[in-house]
Amino acid sequence: MSTTTKLDLASPAPAKATPAKPRRGLRGSPTFNFWLFTGPFLIGLAIFVYVPILWSIWLSFFEARFTVTPEKFIGFDNYVYMLTNDDFVGSLGTFTVFAAFIVPTTWAMSLGLALAVNRLRFMRAFFRSVFFLPTACSYVAAALIWKMSIFSGVRFGLMNTVLGWFGVENIAWLADPNPPWYWLVIVSARLWLQSGFYMILFLAALQNIPGELYEAAALDGAKPGWQTFRYITLPQLRATSTAVVLLLLIAAYQAFDEFFNLLQKTTWGRPPLVELYYKALGENQDYGAGSAGAVILTVLICLVTLFQGKLMGFGRGDESK
Amino acid sequence: MSALSNNSWDRRTVLRAALGLTAAGGLAACGGNNGRGGGSGSGVNLTQFFHAYGEAGTEQAIKKYAKAYDKANVTTQWITSSDFESKLFATLLTKSAPDLFEFHPQIQMVKSGQVADLTDIISPVKDDFNPADIESHTVDGKIYGVRMIDDPQFFFYRPSLFEKAGVEVPQTLDELIEAAAKLTTSKVKGLYLGNDLHAIVNPMIWSAGADTLDDKNQIAYHTPGVIEGLKKMRRLFKSGDLLLDAPTDYWDPSALNQGLCAMQFCGMWAMPQFQQTLGDDIGVFPFPKTIDSGKQSVYNGGWSMFVNAKSKNVDAAKEFVKWLWIDQKKYQEEWATSFGFHIPPRTSIAQTATKLKSGLPAEGVKLFNEFGHFDNIGWTQAMITALEDVFANSVRKDGDPEASLDKADKAVNRELKKLFG
Repeated sequence: MSTTTKLDLASPAPAKATPAKPRRGLRGSPTFNFWLFTGPFLIGLAIFVYVPILWSIWLSFFEARFTVTPEKFIGFDNYVYMLTNDDFVGSLGTFTVFAAFIVPTTWAMSLGLALAVNRLRFMRAFFRSVFFLPTACSYVAAALIWKMSIFSGVRFGLMNTVLGWFGVENIAWLADPNPPWYWLVIVSARLWLQSGFYMILFLAALQNIPGELYEAAALDGAKPGWQTFRYITLPQLRATSTAVVLLLLIAAYQAFDEFFNLLQKTTWGRPPLVELYYKALGENQDYGAGSAGAVILTVLICLVTLFQGKLMGFGRGDESK
Repeated sequence: MSALSNNSWDRRTVLRAALGLTAAGGLAACGGNNGRGGGSGSGVNLTQFFHAYGEAGTEQAIKKYAKAYDKANVTTQWITSSDFESKLFATLLTKSAPDLFEFHPQIQMVKSGQVADLTDIISPVKDDFNPADIESHTVDGKIYGVRMIDDPQFFFYRPSLFEKAGVEVPQTLDELIEAAAKLTTSKVKGLYLGNDLHAIVNPMIWSAGADTLDDKNQIAYHTPGVIEGLKKMRRLFKSGDLLLDAPTDYWDPSALNQGLCAMQFCGMWAMPQFQQTLGDDIGVFPFPKTIDSGKQSVYNGGWSMFVNAKSKNVDAAKEFVKWLWIDQKKYQEEWATSFGFHIPPRTSIAQTATKLKSGLPAEGVKLFNEFGHFDNIGWTQAMITALEDVFANSVRKDGDPEASLDKADKAVNRELKKLFG
């Protein structure tokens, strides 16, 4: 009894419990908290993304040479100039060739690497790191190594040295567009730089495929190897594959660094961003025409992305496939 | 646990922290590297942009001159050559624009109000400058830049290799192509013109008896002689006697010095490096005649100092330009002759520069005087690019020279219309 009495007396008064007190003012407002955390990012997004985009669209209807302030309204003249410019239209062709090669090749190579690394029993972390590390390398640095060391046109360039052992004459990999050896240089650099990143995505997807599927397939008589890969692994990777292809396509559109550094001031091998840089920005400083080109390119990227998403079913749930 | 340690942040704490951070930021800004630097404490800060010169000691020299100036704190940004032009033009649109910068005279910078009129500081000494340098910086009677150095560009060659191959110094483009073929061995290419051939665009045009623009600022490069020259350049490009894809470009003496070629187009700035490596086994000759009726030529390039007209310190910047590039003759001579060899644009300095008076440097000065062509202020970056594209399309890519020139005409006329109406 006495014990019970003591316990009763020792109990704190419920009314004084701080957590039970309802919050008042801004601190308790979910709206305030929302803006507190997202506000700075939204402001940054507006200042550094949306305002420049809108300014660029506005500028594209004006003459703006050596200034980013509109000078004289010229309507669609900048758009006509860019769309009738052989070099700009040609750059879209360059992109198509580049994307048509680099997207499937990188997809296949990164998937192949992921499958190989996934099967490893020993040193898996080591090989995963080895293949992923080039992702950390700057495109500019890689381009310079490719240009000055591996694909240098002189006799002591790595590739020319190797070819020299077989009696092949020195090749000017980048200076002479006939034959277009520059594609080999550009594509090999990009494959080295980005395959590791996509390998990691595929690796994560591979590890998410339930083992039971393979066991069930084995019981049904499916042969391990190509048959299992064709009918189980590949369909299970569909969502990741779609995302990878989309990312690769966007990355191909944004190609600049290696083209700019490997093919300085050529008239060939210019993807749209490099062409825009030379034609309208860079040293020529025609910001009106540059803005028009950027708007055209943005619209084009949106259309291609939407089409590709529609084609491959990006955004649909796995269960719907 | 104490009440303090378990306390959530109240408004006062947040305010105190914010004020503390602001104060700390302010103090950090005082002591940090804000890009201005300097030690005179006069209160006026100036920033100047320089492209990274290849000759050892140049960066230190420019910073030494800036430090010696006591009326402003002058900070130098030393920018990698290939990025210089794009960084300069982009920065000139912003509040981080330099107060002073080196570049080449181009009329669009005057028309767009990017460079200040320097007539008042140059006029008193105008007659002491090379007249061609004054002319190339003048628009409507006003002078917009001070030339710091003149850089003649021509061919450097190894006389010993010429003698061994039985080759004479070429007088025509055809002879140059033949010489390149005779000088080419399994390890040494006959000729190096740079990886993109851009350095020899203007010399080839001048050697064809043509020009970029005429006196009325109209196209003067589209001639039969230039077309013939382009076809010859294509023949040379595919001959296998031209060094392509070298690790360094034409402005660097490494290709000739490392024995990769027997002749190299380069500038007089690299002469000391050639002499240091090759001793007396080095000679120079101008760009040969493109066609028989043409004339040998030398491009007298160079760098000039400009004042950003939109700078907050235009007067202070002009004062610094006057102090360094007009009053300090000792620094000007050192800048022109102590690192690479350049020709001082001031006649009085050029005449007394002992390093340029004999031997190979004197030969370079002679070619400069006899065959030199200076910058045309009406020939802008967009026009330069248009003709570089002609070389890319018709020489390197085997396009039709006539069609390439027609395309360039459109681009150049678009520019001319904007600049001159």
